[in-house]
Amino acid sequence: MAITKTVPQRTDDRRNPEPTDEGRHLNSPLLLTMLMVVLVLLQSPIRRALAAPVMQSWTTVFVAVMVQALPFLVLGVLLSAAIAVFVPPSFFARALPRRPALAVPVAGAAGAVLPGCECASVPVAGALVRRGVTPAAALTFLLSAPAINPIVLTATAVAFPGNPEMVLARLVASLLVACAMGWLWLRLGRTDWLRPPSHLSYDGQSKGEAFWGSVRHDVMHAGGFLVVGAMAAATLKAVAPESWLRTAADNPVLAVLALAVLAVVLSICSEADAFVAASLSQFSLTARLTFLVVGPMIDLKLFAMQAGTFGRAFALRFAPATFALAVVVSVLTGAVIL
Amino acid sequence: MNRQAQAAVLFLLGASLLHAATTDLYLRYVKQGLRPLVLVSGAVLIAAALATVWYERKRARAQKQHEADEGSDKDSGKDSGKDSGKDSGNSSDKDSSKNSGKDAHAHAHREPRISWLLVLPLFALILVAPPALGSYSATRTGTALQEPLAYPSLPAADPLRLSVVDYAGRAVYDHGRTLHDRRVQLTGFLALDRDGTPYLVRMALNCCAADAQPVKVALTGRIPPVLQPDTWLQITGTYTPRRAKDPVNGGPIPFIEVTEAKPVTEPTDPYDESWNN
Repeated sequence: MAITKTVPQRTDDRRNPEPTDEGRHLNSPLLLTMLMVVLVLLQSPIRRALAAPVMQSWTTVFVAVMVQALPFLVLGVLLSAAIAVFVPPSFFARALPRRPALAVPVAGAAGAVLPGCECASVPVAGALVRRGVTPAAALTFLLSAPAINPIVLTATAVAFPGNPEMVLARLVASLLVACAMGWLWLRLGRTDWLRPPSHLSYDGQSKGEAFWGSVRHDVMHAGGFLVVGAMAAATLKAVAPESWLRTAADNPVLAVLALAVLAVVLSICSEADAFVAASLSQFSLTARLTFLVVGPMIDLKLFAMQAGTFGRAFALRFAPATFALAVVVSVLTGAVIL
Repeated sequence: MNRQAQAAVLFLLGASLLHAATTDLYLRYVKQGLRPLVLVSGAVLIAAALATVWYERKRARAQKQHEADEGSDKDSGKDSGKDSGKDSGNSSDKDSSKNSGKDAHAHAHREPRISWLLVLPLFALILVAPPALGSYSATRTGTALQEPLAYPSLPAADPLRLSVVDYAGRAVYDHGRTLHDRRVQLTGFLALDRDGTPYLVRMALNCCAADAQPVKVALTGRIPPVLQPDTWLQITGTYTPRRAKDPVNGGPIPFIEVTEAKPVTEPTDPYDESWNN
């Protein structure tokens, strides 16, 4: 992301140094205002277009996913901003054992105390790498934090009122995958795959400014991806025939694979995915567990964010390995616990 | 989108959440229990918007001061990466990591473009405010009737008010034992099957409309002559052992012998939330 965005900007600078920058500056508030005015003016034709039953049901589900997920997103963003600003990163380096093989499970368990969705954990993991935490431990943390933190587990318990064992299964399976990926990185990983993130976020700012800056950025960034996820979920709900899902749900192997792929494609925030999983009631609990384990670890938006933070060479190796491992571990955990 | 525009979006988003939660609008989309969370998050979003504007103004002032101190040498920030990092200040964005000092000076700081998508839910919530799920979803999804855990004895009222879910559960899984010789009153919306069978439907939800599933009761007897899908009806009728299978998923659909049907306004909470408890 960084490369594709900064390169054209530089050429712009060279050709036309000051005015482009100024122009871009004025652009977005103006653009936003114009967009809102146009939307308000066109409101009745748009409403008419949305009056068709398919569109109406799409819009309802879309808004419902947003209204339901935003409070959880805001909660996670607040907590992660507080931790990112008020807990010094050096604390994490000190708290972890010296030996990398031991630091991995500790980092995995530490994921439980950093609440936030996966969008929040990518920058935190980047910060950990910068502050000298061994990459294996930081990656374990990256994978475990969005899946096993209290907010996500509470949401899972709320979404599956009849199956409390789902919470345990999700905790165990996610922790196992995260630690296994950490150890795998220790054995096979090479540092040159990682592009070290160079920019420090919160230096030279007051605490309040850093806190609200983090809240603003995370809400805008993760919120944007949440919109993508909500649109995908709404499309699936409003358009995909139920028979299609039922065919997949009837075959146990196909069900697991279908929901694993669905988790990657839907890219739902880990704080909200339990509710979507609960609604996929025609699938087996093991298949839905796979959905819950895969989703927070690897999906389209996470892949984009990982590639942006750690580099493409890293993401291309890390993502498929995580996906395969998450599916296998979920099935095994499902067989034992569910 | 720069920070001022972001502040505007945050503010509008927070305001629309507050609006939805302070009116009954939110009940079309999520369960009642989420109301406090929606209210709090709306307030936090507004606070974040105000904080962004405040710090942005402070930063602009500091920037002016800084430029006045350093003179108009625009390239001063270019020589050291460290300085430019500090100049760009609260850029929590990785994209700016490669910006030159000049960019940082002009704070041409690229925020994620994906943020623009947040305008969509704003628009949908403020201007469109889509209705609760209705007959379209109901006819596409199979009945989600589950066997009740128990059949508590019913009060002696006449007519007896029951929820659609309660009636269907008793009729299908208890063979209507608690319903014989009773006039029952159900409220739900009308949905027409592909072959024209009228159903009285209530959507049951666990958390939000994305997981809402219909529970259906088929109508027989004195059905109103004009059937308009999505009209809310209050049906008075009696139990009948007749059953049907849902064409979508083969689930059981009980019938009710209608004696009277009158249109009513949509209830405050259009969904059945009894599965939450």
